Amino acid sequence: MTGATASVKPGESGAVRRSRPLGPRLRNMSRSFLLTLLATCAVAAFLSPLLQSASLALKSRDQITQLGAPLWPADPQTYDYNGRTLDVYVVTINGEDEQLALVTPGRTSSVFVDPANPDAGTITWQGSWRALPRAWVFSPHLENFGQVWDLLEFPRLLFNTVVIAVVGMIGVLLSCTLVAYGFARFRFPGRNVMFLLLLSTIFLPTIVTTIPTYAVWRALGVIGNTNPAIAWAPLLVPAFFANAYDVFLMRQYFMTLPRELDEAAAMDGAGPFRTLISVIIPQSWPVIIAVGIFHFVYSWNNFFEPLIYLTTQPELQPLAVGLQRFNGIHSREPSLLQAGTLMTLVVPVVVYILFQRVFTRGIVITGVER
Amino acid sequence: MSGLTIAQRTRLAHRPRLRKLKPLERREALWGLLFISPWLVGFVLFTFLPTVATLIFSFTNLNLSSSAPFAFVGLKNYQDLLADPQVWASLRVTFTFAALWLPVTMIVPFMVAVMLNSPSLRGASLFRVLIFLPYVVPFVAGVLIWQNTLLPDTGWLNEGLRAIGIQNPPDWLNDPTWIYPGLVLVGLWGIGGAVIINLAGLRNVPTELYDAAKIDGGGWWAAMRHVTLPLMSPVIFYSLTLGVVEVMQYFLVPFVLKNGTGEPGGTTYFLNLYIYKNFFTFQRMSYGATLAWLLFVVTLLLTLALFASARRWVYYAGERE
Repeated sequence: MTGATASVKPGESGAVRRSRPLGPRLRNMSRSFLLTLLATCAVAAFLSPLLQSASLALKSRDQITQLGAPLWPADPQTYDYNGRTLDVYVVTINGEDEQLALVTPGRTSSVFVDPANPDAGTITWQGSWRALPRAWVFSPHLENFGQVWDLLEFPRLLFNTVVIAVVGMIGVLLSCTLVAYGFARFRFPGRNVMFLLLLSTIFLPTIVTTIPTYAVWRALGVIGNTNPAIAWAPLLVPAFFANAYDVFLMRQYFMTLPRELDEAAAMDGAGPFRTLISVIIPQSWPVIIAVGIFHFVYSWNNFFEPLIYLTTQPELQPLAVGLQRFNGIHSREPSLLQAGTLMTLVVPVVVYILFQRVFTRGIVITGVER
Repeated sequence: MSGLTIAQRTRLAHRPRLRKLKPLERREALWGLLFISPWLVGFVLFTFLPTVATLIFSFTNLNLSSSAPFAFVGLKNYQDLLADPQVWASLRVTFTFAALWLPVTMIVPFMVAVMLNSPSLRGASLFRVLIFLPYVVPFVAGVLIWQNTLLPDTGWLNEGLRAIGIQNPPDWLNDPTWIYPGLVLVGLWGIGGAVIINLAGLRNVPTELYDAAKIDGGGWWAAMRHVTLPLMSPVIFYSLTLGVVEVMQYFLVPFVLKNGTGEPGGTTYFLNLYIYKNFFTFQRMSYGATLAWLLFVVTLLLTLALFASARRWVYYAGERE
């Protein structure tokens, strides 16, 4: 790439040359600063709903119903004075806001005391105390989370969610590894057609298969069954029969592995299954971990299937469905609802933060290489 | 990457060894079929047979809320469908929403990816992690968080709008005019995946091409128009196709927000919601099945049209499979 960089013309004056490295660098710095500032604002706005949720989850019920309450979790400030608990207001005296505790309310004038300096005696203020704003003090109500823990039966729903996610993950890993290995390493008639068919299942609307599947599970006595292992079958059994996304991801990975090792194993008398176990899988941990995590998060967040198959059995529902039910029952308690919401999302978010590179790579493979 | 595609390399690696030995070839085919059998069985059980069964249901009077004996009724459900105003209303709702949803969910991730790809941006990887984060937030949790943010009086969005001087910000989720922008905002929380895919696509554009565009005297827009967009067209095509499939099935977010009522004013009575209600609320299985096939056929036609158009505008570097 000759000539792509700006060349310095001969004969330029020293003054120009000295300013040259500085000018562009300054412009680059300011551009970089502006872009980074813009991105920071955009991302802050993008994530602000999470912050509002967190703030609401820590508020008391009183704060939500009160006008003029701050955005952050807080309680109205009080002050203990001579054995009485007094409310603290923001009072403007001589143009300055002061936080004073109300001792004797009156229609046209009230008596206050300064909590910071109670020995100075009382202060009489002219005006209607009812118009005064309350003073607020920061106080996160962490007990909301404890309340939701009980109300939502969180431990039980957590257990349901984890079991469904982990068993499904095992099923997906077993089945998709086998199927991807079959597509990646063996030639058989109709292979390309079948692979296309596999991928085309992505385009089939879910609802098209829902009802007959639902009807069969119902006829088998699975829906409403009190045995969790049976009631969860509609969520778990399909996981053991592979799916397009994960097979595609694994196949793409297997195809990049050199065949020489397979062939060497075959020379040593290893069968195809042996080769899979001792040659392919040891080289494929990155993709196996990616598929496992993808399914775990997918299952944790899945809503529609658990909703239709477990409607009548709250005690077997995973968190996503339990949270929606909670929304229906406690919609007048927004703090508790947001606390429950945060408790539901914390596990997938932590899993993502721990494995964010795995997520990125997996999504790139399915998205770009198709 | 060498000049050969993966598929070509496999073919080359295979051909000479197998052509000579017929029985070995058959053994290999049997092993292959054995390994893919979990998917084959699953495909038949959980995809093919249910899809056919749904088609059969659509020619019957299967209805769990009526006592009429089960019978085949020919095309009656399809006639009902054509005469049902809710079908057309739901189709219109779905397409109107898609007309807003698709452009926004295509363009915003692209622009975010362009920004993240800029060498001027500091801390790009941190931004990438943060932008992807809501993608892993459980769907119901995300909806409930946004329900709170979009509240007309106490939601932070409207607080922010009032702070910049907008006197009467909309009641996003209860105003028929603003419900779609509101739903699109909720949906934008899931752009993380699309951003990552766009970003990977942008990084695959060879930098020599940008240098060449610069030498030719083109500015930022010329490079975008003649280098970035053509080379990104496979990614755009992929996102658009999956986006169409996704938006045609859209109903769960308003389902949670509005409890499946289709409020405000029927604006969230999406086609998939109508199907869901026929199945699980009205228990009109046969009619629901007919609607499900309508959805399937519409989706199929749209994707086929996209694939047919791809020849004209999707540019594949190197050979196409």
